[in-house]
Amino acid sequence: MSFQEKRSIVSLFSNLLISILYLIYILKYHSTTNPLNNNDLAFWGGLILLLVPVKVFGKVVIHIIFLIINKIVTNEDEPNFSDELDKLIELKSLKIAFIIFMSGFVLSMAAIVVGYTASTMFVLLISSLILSEVAGDLSQIYFYRKGF
Amino acid sequence: MSKESIKNNIRTLRFFNNEMTQQQLADKVGVTRQTIVAIEKGNYSPSLELAFKIAIAFNKPLEEVFSYHQEKSG
Repeated sequence: MSFQEKRSIVSLFSNLLISILYLIYILKYHSTTNPLNNNDLAFWGGLILLLVPVKVFGKVVIHIIFLIINKIVTNEDEPNFSDELDKLIELKSLKIAFIIFMSGFVLSMAAIVVGYTASTMFVLLISSLILSEVAGDLSQIYFYRKGF
Repeated sequence: MSKESIKNNIRTLRFFNNEMTQQQLADKVGVTRQTIVAIEKGNYSPSLELAFKIAIAFNKPLEEVFSYHQEKSG
């Protein structure tokens, strides 16, 4: 398995792990009511705003740990540049992630239009955010494995 | 319907160039080994620039490294 494939798999698991742990922590300890009935916009806005730095920090830490373990096990260094294939795969996976996120965004707006609560809209938004990242990582793994 | 594909002789050419490794070729043309693997397997068609660089690395004309095939089907 190439370094790029391993990196994408680590990114996939770190995305899932950080998102799930963060959401469990926030919804369990910082939400006074059932999250699905919580229409406090400040709560949902804060949840999304904080999710971004938490994810960035968590991903950096997990990536460094992966680099150290990978170096010890395989004695392989991270490529210090990305070539044309890496850039193409990154573009394609970013496009897939963007399409999924935009679909979720449109769906969440539609939910508001047909009368669902603000909490439903935010749950849809956060789900599409996480799903888009997962789809982006999965597509990277697929493209590195199968080519295009 | 026609199926198009670009075939290559990189594996053979590496063999006849003192069994050059994929990493050595990758270093010569400035890409990662993963990209050479993908090209060799036919999973990725390189840019024209990279194709020329690979041909120059083997000191061969482009058409001796890559060939274009169009198969008619259906």
